[in-house]
Amino acid sequence: MAGVKKIRTPLTTEMVEQLTAGDRVAITGIIYTARDAAHKRLVQAFEEGKSLPVDITGQVVYYVGPCPPKPGKALGSCGPTTSFRMDAYAPTLLDLGLKGMIGKGQRSDEVIKSMVKNKAVYFAAIGGAAAIISRSVKTAEVVAYEDLGPEAIYRLEVEDFPCIVVTDAQGNDLYKTGVEKYRVK
Amino acid sequence: MKEIHVAQIIDAVEDICIKAACDLDRDVEECIRKWQAKEESEFGRYIFEQILENIDYARRENIAICQDTGVAVVFLEIGQDVHIVGGNLREAIDEGVRRGYRNGYLRNSLVDDPVFRRKNTGDNTPAVVHAEIVPGDKLKIMVLPKGGGSENMGTLKMLRPSDGIQGIKDFVLKTVMEAGGNPCPPVIVGVGIGGTMEMTTLLAKKALARKIGQPHRDPDYARLEQELLVEINRTGIGPQGLGGRVTALAVHIEHYPTHITSLPVAVNLNCHASRHAEAVL
Repeated sequence: MAGVKKIRTPLTTEMVEQLTAGDRVAITGIIYTARDAAHKRLVQAFEEGKSLPVDITGQVVYYVGPCPPKPGKALGSCGPTTSFRMDAYAPTLLDLGLKGMIGKGQRSDEVIKSMVKNKAVYFAAIGGAAAIISRSVKTAEVVAYEDLGPEAIYRLEVEDFPCIVVTDAQGNDLYKTGVEKYRVK
Repeated sequence: MKEIHVAQIIDAVEDICIKAACDLDRDVEECIRKWQAKEESEFGRYIFEQILENIDYARRENIAICQDTGVAVVFLEIGQDVHIVGGNLREAIDEGVRRGYRNGYLRNSLVDDPVFRRKNTGDNTPAVVHAEIVPGDKLKIMVLPKGGGSENMGTLKMLRPSDGIQGIKDFVLKTVMEAGGNPCPPVIVGVGIGGTMEMTTLLAKKALARKIGQPHRDPDYARLEQELLVEINRTGIGPQGLGGRVTALAVHIEHYPTHITSLPVAVNLNCHASRHAEAVL
């Protein structure tokens, strides 16, 4: 765990290729929230040949359903949700140009294969550190599926949002290597 | 017969919903601090620091520790000499939850129908209520907001009595290993053993409400808890599943007599933000 790499969204293939599993990063720029219900609708829209409510090319999606903000705050507590529930949808979005995902927990082999093919990166935020994560959110605005409440798509402007690269575009996976290192045989 | 008005119940539930979500129990915080010193992995130590900073910040700002403010699981111990007046107990619990989640800026995390509609209920009701009649003239209310990430990793198995202690250990270990980083380790592992199918899962949930790290009153079960804790912490899963020495903070077992043919075992995991608060009226 070396120093923290500062990165700015949207991401390009060149930027993604410079990230390695085990890097700590601080993300600045725009990211979009989406979780189960929004993913279902996005993929459904694509399959029906409709345009998506957000252009995801080069973008980073954050798997989160935030708490409502207290007066004077941009957003309430907003830590990551478990990513594997989005595994069924992620390869479609990656094929459409999505470059980064933020969540927690291991991804399926299909998602990792799709990340290698599409040159994308998966970041982990710390589950349960939701209050301090909210400090990185400067503005928040619902841009699609408002009826889903906390599951709507928000456009977040973030500054130095703290993450760890857990799966890189070469398919290296910190969940596997990290656990292997500390397993007592 | 002591009378308790539903208005008192509504106020108490509102208050403990907010307290549980924003102000982590000091025993849990102390336990996290204790284990921090034992973590060797670099990411593990970083995660412990962040978790502790988060607890402190959430408490100071009175905001949710975790955005998943969960299903409000409510345990009631109703004294048999209590008379509830002024309305309906069940509605009072839900009204307290509704107010707590709204006034505490907590997330509404429930959908009305699990299969067909899946529409957010908009006020985090209904609560999941478990009530027990006990001697006395008090009403004890405990809320345990339960997040989905850890709840989804829970398991139940009807073991054969011949599977014995090893069978129980293998099943608990398998549950924790398959859960990996998903339930936000370091976790608290609640294990229910015995009773019937539905009761063993309730025992596993109740085990999570015990004061953290307090060993079981029966030395045999206390030893089993300790052995399981050691084995879980040899898996290498570590904080957030990124590898390390501390995968679980505690293992709590609750048990009950069971049928001659049965050995039911349930595992209910809780994340490091093991939230609960109670009120006694």
